[in-house]
Amino acid sequence: MVPVLLILIPLVTGLVTFFFKDGRTAKSWALFSALATLVVSVLGLTVLKETKYLQFNREWLSALNSSFAVQLDGMGQLLCLLNAVAYPLVILSAWKNDYKNQNNFYALMLLAQAGMMGVFLATDALLFYFCWELALIPMYFLCSQWGGEKRIPVTFKFFIYTFVGSLLMLIGILYLQAHTKDHSFSWQSFIDLRLPANKQQWIFWLFFVAFAIKMPVFPLHTWQPDTYEQAPTATTMILSGVMVKMGLFGILRWLFPVMPFASFQWADFITPLSLCGAIYASLIAIRQDDLKRLVAYSSIAHIGLMCAAAFAQNESGFQGLMIQMFNHGINIIGLWIVVEITERQFGTRKISELGGIAQKAPVLAAFLVIIALANIALPLTNAFPGEFLMFNGIFSSVTVYHVWFTVMAGLSIIFGAIYTLNMIRKVFYGETIELTRAANDISMSEKLALGVIVLIIFVLGVYPQLMLNETAATASAVNEKFDFVRQTLLEQKK
Amino acid sequence: MKNTLDIVYLIPLLPLLGFLINGLGRKHLSKSLIGIIGSGVILASFALSIWVFMQVKGGNIPPDVHYFDFINIGALKIPFAFKIDQLSTLFLLVITGVGFLIHVYSVSYMHEEKAEHFGRYFSYLNLFVFSMLLLVMGANFVIMFIGWEGVGLCSYLLIGYWFKNQEYNKAANKAFIMNRIGDLAFLIAIFWLINKLGTVSFSEVFSPANLSKLSPTDITVITLLLFIGATGKSAQIPLYTWLPDAMAGPTPVSALIHAATMVTAGIYMIARCHVLYSMSHLTMDIVTYIGLATALLAATIALKQNDIKKVLAYSTVSQLGFMFLALGCGAYAAAVFHVMTHAFFKALLFLGSGSVIHAMGGEQDIRNMGGLNKKMRITFITFLIGCIAIAGIPPFSGFFSKDAILLSAFVQSPLLYSIVLFAALLTAFYMFRLFFIVFTGSFRGTHEQEHHLHESPAAITIPLIILAILSVIGGFVGIPEVFADGGDKISSFLSPVIAAHGEHTVSHSAEYMLMGLSTALVVIMIIFAWIKFRNYQRTGAEGGFGKVLENKWYVDELYDKVFVNPLHRFGGFLKSVIENKVVDGLVNGVGRAVNYGSRQLRLLQSGQTGSYVLLMVLSMVLIFAVQFFLRK
Repeated sequence: MVPVLLILIPLVTGLVTFFFKDGRTAKSWALFSALATLVVSVLGLTVLKETKYLQFNREWLSALNSSFAVQLDGMGQLLCLLNAVAYPLVILSAWKNDYKNQNNFYALMLLAQAGMMGVFLATDALLFYFCWELALIPMYFLCSQWGGEKRIPVTFKFFIYTFVGSLLMLIGILYLQAHTKDHSFSWQSFIDLRLPANKQQWIFWLFFVAFAIKMPVFPLHTWQPDTYEQAPTATTMILSGVMVKMGLFGILRWLFPVMPFASFQWADFITPLSLCGAIYASLIAIRQDDLKRLVAYSSIAHIGLMCAAAFAQNESGFQGLMIQMFNHGINIIGLWIVVEITERQFGTRKISELGGIAQKAPVLAAFLVIIALANIALPLTNAFPGEFLMFNGIFSSVTVYHVWFTVMAGLSIIFGAIYTLNMIRKVFYGETIELTRAANDISMSEKLALGVIVLIIFVLGVYPQLMLNETAATASAVNEKFDFVRQTLLEQKK
Repeated sequence: MKNTLDIVYLIPLLPLLGFLINGLGRKHLSKSLIGIIGSGVILASFALSIWVFMQVKGGNIPPDVHYFDFINIGALKIPFAFKIDQLSTLFLLVITGVGFLIHVYSVSYMHEEKAEHFGRYFSYLNLFVFSMLLLVMGANFVIMFIGWEGVGLCSYLLIGYWFKNQEYNKAANKAFIMNRIGDLAFLIAIFWLINKLGTVSFSEVFSPANLSKLSPTDITVITLLLFIGATGKSAQIPLYTWLPDAMAGPTPVSALIHAATMVTAGIYMIARCHVLYSMSHLTMDIVTYIGLATALLAATIALKQNDIKKVLAYSTVSQLGFMFLALGCGAYAAAVFHVMTHAFFKALLFLGSGSVIHAMGGEQDIRNMGGLNKKMRITFITFLIGCIAIAGIPPFSGFFSKDAILLSAFVQSPLLYSIVLFAALLTAFYMFRLFFIVFTGSFRGTHEQEHHLHESPAAITIPLIILAILSVIGGFVGIPEVFADGGDKISSFLSPVIAAHGEHTVSHSAEYMLMGLSTALVVIMIIFAWIKFRNYQRTGAEGGFGKVLENKWYVDELYDKVFVNPLHRFGGFLKSVIENKVVDGLVNGVGRAVNYGSRQLRLLQSGQTGSYVLLMVLSMVLIFAVQFFLRK
């Protein structure tokens, strides 16, 4: 029941929202819907934590042998929770904004939420693909309708990019389906398929490119800074906080269990690629003058690290990755909220045009400093345990270059400190300037949203075990796949 | 059964509470209340620390106090646990004791700040003490690392406390980033240990069974990585340049963080891991020579600095070098002993300089001071005591700890000893140069400043007096065996943790001679400084070698040229060329190619039946041809 509700609530309320005449009502309705989803999601993690509540399977497109199969398991539950937590925060932080055709705006946002829920829950490949598109399409409209000046070409690029990825994935899915014994799309059948190692290679790339574009991983990332910059900030928050995790999640759910051999063999190529990407993005972030682009490049760097941790293919890396996906989502939404407040108040995002805000808005400054420090994974904030385990995972990976990979990953966190602290210094510290002399501190709804984020940061920073317990089973299950691969390859060598 | 010492969690928890109360309530609490809360929690921690010290001294040493699992994933367990033993207890006393005095001092020193900022200041200071306590109490490398980065954060926050000044903020960033470089090495050392041993707990890592699992290369690499971490936090070559800049922070912060406690974290860490270090000769040699080089380099720079705090900052870097040198020689107890005495006299000197700066209305340039002895008797006398202590004249505290270090160097080689002695003589010289320029001669500042000169209030002078007393008597816990049997109480107290280093290989008569020699030379240096600087008059700009020293050997400029600027330019290159032209250019190129291709294809749809028929025929031929060749 729980997984179905998680998809249905935003889907139905989203469709209803289209028919509201009044923008304010639409906003309240969206908040109400988001809170309802959050409640269900929390229930699924606590009270209703029994298999019978967490799985659902019905006939759907029986002609195609696809069924409506969803399940809330260790792999997806933190991301569902993230998706559920993100929406109320985003809506709260945008409470002061009034969008043109507000009903459509929130309707599309909720539809995207339903799509993402489906992605995290589906155990049927066709349903997965369907939800993948359901999540993306509202985003195109949101960017192209409510975006900034250059929204049309940027959205077009975003669309083409992700669409190409989706198509490649669809080909992969159809190929796999055709080869399963029962010709079904179910996740289990895909896993049982056990393609021979040489056949996994091409299919691996069909899926990986789709996921890599979504994350994005260098060099497939250029759609992202433009899109983040041009999209309305509320949309950007969802894009960067939740949606990019679809790519990483896809790796864990569909790539590794189904094509373990190819995943293992390509790890030596993909790990350095994503780590170079992380360093590359961090270096560019150091030279960014636009707050949104800075956060965008910082996000690319963090995602690069996460991708590398995934391809470390061991328990520590998986555990770190899974909690980091949640925590990165929370932290980056926090950063966007601060960016949004700054831009709304001063009408610019240029770092060089701002300064001294801390004097006039100490509360905002305090929130920013905490969130920024969490973003660079200071201990006792939520990102530290995740990064620690991810780094440990990279270090313990079987490749001979594991020490150098860890050093590369480490470089990106040093650069991370550089651009984050410089941003704080230039925008918030120093003397006030003409523009910021009359700055106001933040409003109640913003305080609430940021307060929740800071609370999550500290609770999960001091007691990360809370989440690690949830992800332990999944991490060891995926790891077993790779243990098997490593074992087999070792025997072959002999 | 529960051990009574399980409540040690209160020691860090109280400062954390102080941080929360002052941090959240800074707009609502009065300044006096903020001061009372801020200092009160540290006093309570200090009282608890004394109680713990008594317990430990009485032989009640609990196993690791385990609270909850911080990270527990199958093979890897990292408990949130504290280790209470002789070593950590000693640091607890220094941190909370000196910390408390500095909090009290701050109440007066910072009284001109607005209540809101006053609260912010005390909350940062409390947070610092909390982090520092975590660092020394942690029972494993990860908890230590949490404290390790925590103190770095507080250092960053406090250096940039006056955040309106961008120069200060830059200094704060520099401190944080340089520390992060060291922290990365620390982290990799942790991963290395996890990878080899699957544990990070001190008690498990240092167990003989686990140590035997580590190859010599492992041990060398791990110890070197940890040492790189230490060079960041404890300001050694090559990561020392942040510390002098850190003087941008309020003076009590310099005293607490950048002299007495945080910067000694590296020494604590190596002393904690001495079992590992003793197993790698290469690392020990590197630690020795880095310590020696830093001690010398910083001492030479201190000779020509004119900012009162900068002199003390370089002096701190140099003294930390002495401590590392002792560690490298295997004299761990001597290093820890010097940490303690240094905490007393360097905190005293910094607080004294704060008193001077306060009286001078914010002036820090010693060339504008002079003759302050008449106006500020207590500051003058206590500062003199601090100078004598750091110079190492018996029976002041610095003498005993420095003597222990010199002796350990002598055991290594007489050549090493003479270089260390030379650095010690430089110390005496630059400290008394500072002393005479500031306190003797005639006043060289403005009339306004002269009129304003006054002794500081009691909240400032009382901590000075207490620290002065400690600087005088603090050395008596480590009287060398030649003077009194069992006089080296600190070594015997630490001996359960740090086994005493080897047997004395120096005869008593030789030891007397060495002490006599060093003391005599130090006295000569002081007299030399007295002759040169008692009637100091402003001179023209430095030239030649003096200029090199005044400009700190141009190391900052070198780092800028070699690391900072190229990195900055490289980032710009990536941004404007690679990202925009190459990567995105390729992507757009693909788009354009598709666009162009489809435009060409569109031309095929001309609407003329003839061309369609032609195409059909051609494709059929092609299909047959392909079929034909494939069949074959």
